[in-house]
Amino acid sequence: MSKTTLTRRGVLRSGAVAGAGVALPTIFTASSAAAYTNEPTGSTVTLGFNVPQTGPYADEGADELRAYQLAVEHLNGEGDGGMMNTFSSKELQGNGILGKKVEFVTGDTQTKSDAARASAKSMIEKDGAVMITGGSSSGVAIAVQGLCQEAGVIFMAGLTHSNDTTGKDKKANGFRHFFNAYMSGAALAPVLAARYGADRKAYHLTADYTWGWTQEESIASATEALGWETVEKVRTPLAATDFSSYIAPVLNSGADVLILNHYGGNMVNSLTNAVQFGLREKEVNGKNFEIVVPLYSRLMAKGAGANVKGILGSTNWHWSLQDDASKAFVKSFGTKYGFPPSQAAHTVYCQTLLYADACQRAGTFNPCGVGQALEGFEFDGLGNGPTLYRADDHQCFKDVLVVQGKENPTSEFDLLEVVEVTPAAQVTYDPDHPMFAGGQLGTCNPGA
Amino acid sequence: MLGIDKKDRNLLVVVAVLALAAPFILNPFPAGSELAQFNAGYPDLMQRFVIFGIFAIGFNILFGLTGYLSFGHAAFLGVGSYSAVWMFKLLSMNVLPAIILSVIVAGLFSLLIGFVSLRRSGIYFSILTLAFAQMSFNLAYSVLTPITNGETGLQLTLNDPRVLGSSATADGSIPVTNLFGLEMRSTYEMEVGAWLFQFNAGYYLCAFIMLAAFYLAMRIFRSPFGMMLRAIKTNQTRLNYTGLNSRPYTLAAFVISGMYAGLAGGLMASMDPLAGAERMQWTASGEVVLMTILGGAGTMLGPVLGAGFIKYFENIFSKINDSVLHGWFAFLPDGMENALVTIVHPFVGKGWHLTLGLLFMAVVIFLPGGLIEGGQRIAKMFKKKKGSSSDDDSEHSPKQAPHVAE
Repeated sequence: MSKTTLTRRGVLRSGAVAGAGVALPTIFTASSAAAYTNEPTGSTVTLGFNVPQTGPYADEGADELRAYQLAVEHLNGEGDGGMMNTFSSKELQGNGILGKKVEFVTGDTQTKSDAARASAKSMIEKDGAVMITGGSSSGVAIAVQGLCQEAGVIFMAGLTHSNDTTGKDKKANGFRHFFNAYMSGAALAPVLAARYGADRKAYHLTADYTWGWTQEESIASATEALGWETVEKVRTPLAATDFSSYIAPVLNSGADVLILNHYGGNMVNSLTNAVQFGLREKEVNGKNFEIVVPLYSRLMAKGAGANVKGILGSTNWHWSLQDDASKAFVKSFGTKYGFPPSQAAHTVYCQTLLYADACQRAGTFNPCGVGQALEGFEFDGLGNGPTLYRADDHQCFKDVLVVQGKENPTSEFDLLEVVEVTPAAQVTYDPDHPMFAGGQLGTCNPGA
Repeated sequence: MLGIDKKDRNLLVVVAVLALAAPFILNPFPAGSELAQFNAGYPDLMQRFVIFGIFAIGFNILFGLTGYLSFGHAAFLGVGSYSAVWMFKLLSMNVLPAIILSVIVAGLFSLLIGFVSLRRSGIYFSILTLAFAQMSFNLAYSVLTPITNGETGLQLTLNDPRVLGSSATADGSIPVTNLFGLEMRSTYEMEVGAWLFQFNAGYYLCAFIMLAAFYLAMRIFRSPFGMMLRAIKTNQTRLNYTGLNSRPYTLAAFVISGMYAGLAGGLMASMDPLAGAERMQWTASGEVVLMTILGGAGTMLGPVLGAGFIKYFENIFSKINDSVLHGWFAFLPDGMENALVTIVHPFVGKGWHLTLGLLFMAVVIFLPGGLIEGGQRIAKMFKKKKGSSSDDDSEHSPKQAPHVAE
């Protein structure tokens, strides 16, 4: 039991102890001689691969990790070299980066901003990683990008499709190879108009969070520009697994196209529900009812099974592409793991190579030097045709694939077929486009 | 001194020494060695240890003393984080106003939720708090996006107004959090032979606040108020029959523990200025329950220990991948190496949940009093050898909440 007896001496004594305690940390102030955060001084350089290993995007994360390991092998001169042989820049020698052997650490983002940042921080503070890459959702990518800016390391974004990553949340230390929602809309809309006609009424079901909204906005504005009418935009909670109650009103709305702004498990469920309701056999306004899934991935197509047949969408890259680079990548990935890579695997492999090449060309690992080498960099031979890393927002501009679910798949991986390759020029936008406005890159931060 | 008895003072001193020497204690292996993988002495994780320690200490005031199991405490942590980040955006990058505001806001929020939820007890109370927390999470995730920035999480930008202080530093980057100029991220590195120790300003701020929080919790445990809370846990009906209204007491305990959660949230944002909605999800609320039970509910030190264990698994075990395993077992012949890697593989890397789950089951089955009980049993074994078996816990008869001082 406590008794509160305040004596003059007791108060003084407590005060002195507390005071000494508060004063103690000021003894330790920052002092560091390195030119930038985690300057590699030994014979190796450490990269941090931060992907979801548990949670809803664990499949994508696992595939990304495979591609990272492959990229590291190729950089260190093991394996068949993959896309290093087709890459237009020939700086990489297969002896690591700048002569330093590439090592890596991995972490689990759990598709949560907090966990992702904790994992990235431990890579930076404990393992001395000089670059962080990964992410399978835009929220996580944006959170980690902000952290890397603060800590003074380069962030090479993985799978992130939201406009914000290189829009209002862009950062000088962050770079994105993957395409974005605007590009999906710009690539998809002409194909939709050509297929389904210019006089259509669209109904949007949208996952209720940042990515869903930017995607809905992008697709709606792209299709409306071609004469389509947007009947209704309905937000669905992210945790929803049964979309029946959202599908039923679609039938009575007078719409003849359903656009599913869903990703991952959400999309698998909503598409399955829509097909089970017989939407695709319906005729509305004298036209066949159509379903569109703006962002496709092979892993999602696999989840949705036969329901994806004939459904249009867009993707960053697909393994059935027949250019030399894609073939080389599919071959070395297939040899090592026994199945073709997903678009997530492709984009992170490219990001690793692009980072290594930029270091090589800059002659340093300093984030500012690397950033400069990447800004405005034009390259080819990584599977997407000629590509530009735009300096204004650190976004890659390249061709976008419009795909559809294959009618007669020949294997469990052969689920999508490329309908059209939309040229980069058609998906390019101004850096101050209203959908991307509001952010600033800031200046590059080398940390230390 | 400090109004606590000798035993408690010793405990406080032990905790203080552990907290202050953590950079040494948590880095037992030389940097660069294979075992360095298990080192936890880097700023971010050390900060998390003490911040979640504060969270668990606060939760324990409610759960350990009154027995009310709240499944929504993460909401207060999240609210605290959001308040702190808004303070950074609008007022200044000094952490003090941010932390103060986060405690106040979390206190008010818990008053509101507690007032409603505490009309019921037992499982109904748990469900109510869970519902409120999930509601907060969903609001933060989508509806309240203008305030919370939704899925992306609330971050600082270069356009923040920041009344006291500048929107951007001279070289065009976002200013960093500080305490009157002392940057939270500044770290002093000390190399001793092969060892590398990191002393981080932010960590020490957290550690001092944790000690203060620990001390305050200790006073609450020992106070008449704490005794009343324990009475509620033991037999609330009987308490009511004696003519006492227990509601004000439970509500006070609820608000106090909500403020602790807010403090933890504010500190998290101060160390790393970001507030995400996931911080409020039910899994986060469940985590603090696990921490408290794993360490030992109703004990002083238990929740802190539990918090440390869970964060250690989350951050250290999840980073052990196959290539690290191959590195460890490389000295063995190939076949054995691969076999061992295959056996260990499911328990590390993405399997860290599994290991933690097994540990949790083992603790609940064999040590119902948590890790603290394990410590007590070991201590008792040594005592018996010395021949003094008398129970010095007579003060707390007629027992039987686990003793609070260990």
